[in-house]
Amino acid sequence: MFLDSDLLMSALRALTPILLAALGGALCERAGVFNIGLEGMMLMGCFTSVATSWFTGSPWLGVLAAALAAAAYSLVLAVGAVTLRGDAVVLGIAMNLLAVGLTSFLLRTVFGVQGTFDDPSLAGLPLIGGFTPLAYLSWAAVAVAALLLSRHVWGLRLRGVGEAPDAAATLGVSPAKYQYGAILLSGVLCGLAGAQLALGNVTLFTENMTAGRGWIAVVAVMLGRAAPLGVLLAALLFGLAEAAGFRLQGLGLPQQATDAAPYVVTLGALFLTTARRRRRPRTTGAVQ
Amino acid sequence: MTPPPPENFAVELRGITKRFPGTLANDAVDLTVRHGEIHALMGENGAGKSTLMSVLYGMERADAGSIRIDGREVRFTSPSDAMAAGLGMVHQSFKLFDSLTVAENVVYAAEPRRFGLVDRAAARRRVRELADEHGLAVDPEARVGDLPVGLRQRVEILKLLHRGARTLILDEPTAVLTPAEADSLFGVLKSLTARGRTVVLVTHKLREVLEGSDRVTVLRDGRVAARLVTSDTTADEIAAAMTGRAVELDRVHAPGTPGEAVLRVTGFSTDSVHDVDLSVHAGEIVGVAGVAGNGQSKLVEALAGLRPVAAGRVTLLGADITHASATERRLKGLAYVPEDRHAVGTAPAASVADNLAMGHHRTTLSTRGLLPPAAVRAHARRLVERFGIKAATTEVPASALSGGNLQKLLIGRELAHEAPLLLVEQPTRGVDIGAIQNIHDQLIAYRDAGHAVLLVSAELSEIRGLADRVLVLYEGRVAASYAKEEADERTLGLAMAGAPAEATHEHEPPDTSPRT
Repeated sequence: MFLDSDLLMSALRALTPILLAALGGALCERAGVFNIGLEGMMLMGCFTSVATSWFTGSPWLGVLAAALAAAAYSLVLAVGAVTLRGDAVVLGIAMNLLAVGLTSFLLRTVFGVQGTFDDPSLAGLPLIGGFTPLAYLSWAAVAVAALLLSRHVWGLRLRGVGEAPDAAATLGVSPAKYQYGAILLSGVLCGLAGAQLALGNVTLFTENMTAGRGWIAVVAVMLGRAAPLGVLLAALLFGLAEAAGFRLQGLGLPQQATDAAPYVVTLGALFLTTARRRRRPRTTGAVQ
Repeated sequence: MTPPPPENFAVELRGITKRFPGTLANDAVDLTVRHGEIHALMGENGAGKSTLMSVLYGMERADAGSIRIDGREVRFTSPSDAMAAGLGMVHQSFKLFDSLTVAENVVYAAEPRRFGLVDRAAARRRVRELADEHGLAVDPEARVGDLPVGLRQRVEILKLLHRGARTLILDEPTAVLTPAEADSLFGVLKSLTARGRTVVLVTHKLREVLEGSDRVTVLRDGRVAARLVTSDTTADEIAAAMTGRAVELDRVHAPGTPGEAVLRVTGFSTDSVHDVDLSVHAGEIVGVAGVAGNGQSKLVEALAGLRPVAAGRVTLLGADITHASATERRLKGLAYVPEDRHAVGTAPAASVADNLAMGHHRTTLSTRGLLPPAAVRAHARRLVERFGIKAATTEVPASALSGGNLQKLLIGRELAHEAPLLLVEQPTRGVDIGAIQNIHDQLIAYRDAGHAVLLVSAELSEIRGLADRVLVLYEGRVAASYAKEEADERTLGLAMAGAPAEATHEHEPPDTSPRT
């Protein structure tokens, strides 16, 4: 049996980092900021969580530090794109590239190793019922984000800011404030995603260990139309793809081919959604 | 004018002066608006209306002068301050959130809450209450993006009422409305003032001011040119105050003498345009009336070759151009004045000379594939003189020209092709009264020289003044067609709103009518 509970568990574990990052991306999207720096923020979270857990012995401090570090890193996007009105895409790509270099550099200077830091005494996150607490947190975050966006005053204002910042500003709502809030929250969520990856899915840090999960989260935001439930379903699709990749490896397929599974699914999903959007008839002008 | 008696005004601006680099936008302007009146603020483009309203609404700070609201002196540093003082503005381009519902738009940033969540039931109730009270019926649950323009405007007004605005400022509110919607808007405004609210109407439309306002303040060149009581004034008096000279308004030009068909369109369909038949003859202006978004732009764009044709046949001087490219059409004898003169009609960053050369580059100006700069300059000087385009030099960028002058440039460039067929959209939108007359005279002269003109305009007075025949487009179809003398505003207005057409006949002149 190919689709069994093992596969599902493995998919849910793969889901968590992507889901957390994608929720952050969705908040930014709703606030009118295209955040493609999720990958870089997540990687900062990975390194910070491992370093903090190693030096303090507490994975919880590692999680906290990861959230703070990634939030601080997200300020690059907030200041650059919102305050200085730079191009969010350029900034996001720069953040992703910088994070790879910065964490590799820190790996060498702090731990004196290259490639991977791995030690049996590095404390990872405990498992409760097979999942880390962060996994449960990520599911709760879907519900909270959905409620926040659809019903809460903050969410309504955020959606308005994202859709028509001028209109929001004329009503005394500062678009910059809400955009900063969304970006910082995405930083926190990406930090948690990184901690989950480095202290939950595995217990180690390796250079560029996010391996495109942040990009997949960006696609999940687009695929899920930046709605928390949509993002959950999209992220679940990628989690399944990743888990299925492992499984196929067990069936003797070469690892290089199976590792490609989530990316192939991403490409397919992008193709299908953009094709669907292109076909949808453009709305006509006012119908009297 | 005698000074007004000492009383509490809803809005009282005294000696407002606002300088921008190079211009004095407002020069010691006084504006007093009484409680419960509809006060029209009029003036041509650049007369200082927008600046004055920006100062009043806290978007600009005046260099001198004072503002009193209900007798209390105020200093606004942002629109929020102005709103807190009981002002509310409906901007010309609406400030709405298309994906949100009517109720969400109305309560945005002033939400009724329960436990930090938006109380949606209370929001809907609030919208219904306000709507019932003021005759602004609109479904609170509808998505704003799905609403027609007239209803969106209601949402804007509801938004202000929800915030407790006592004085509403409406900037060119009827620019986008059908005549029927405009009438309904004025009904709403009258009911608002009857309930003690005050309305400031910023507009350049004389008819509305005469029908809908109590008093008028006219600005010209940043100063108050006249303060008038509407019931004691005439359109001519207001127009003279706006322009500083006597103007002949709403002139209806003598009909032309149509010759052979130049453009023939049969069974024509494109995106949002269905099964249109029309023809335009030499020496004739055919007007296309319709509320924005009923297909007239798309029809003209398709005729100009900018949009693929789904079905039907188009001939120009007998040659089939149904699938011809824009260039081929132009070479066969078509000129085109597009609706959007900034983004489509001209290249704002390019010089006046270059803009005037565009299109002519492939015919008269080109020598062995090159454009001799001397020829381009000479061509520009000729057109600048012939069409009275006011530009410092022909080398300044087109973006430096005022709207009216840019339009003269665009129309001049296209008329200079002497093409047998001219397609012209909204030739005088946003153009001052003085320039309007000039443009109308040019179009009539062009027709009288034996050219065919297809005119699309949202201004009924323009259609009536210029067109020899009028077609009304409604939802992409020709809903009605009228001869010049039948096309009064009421008839056209009804047809534009989709009312079943009264008996309409085929008014097309015979193909070979003798020139008289």
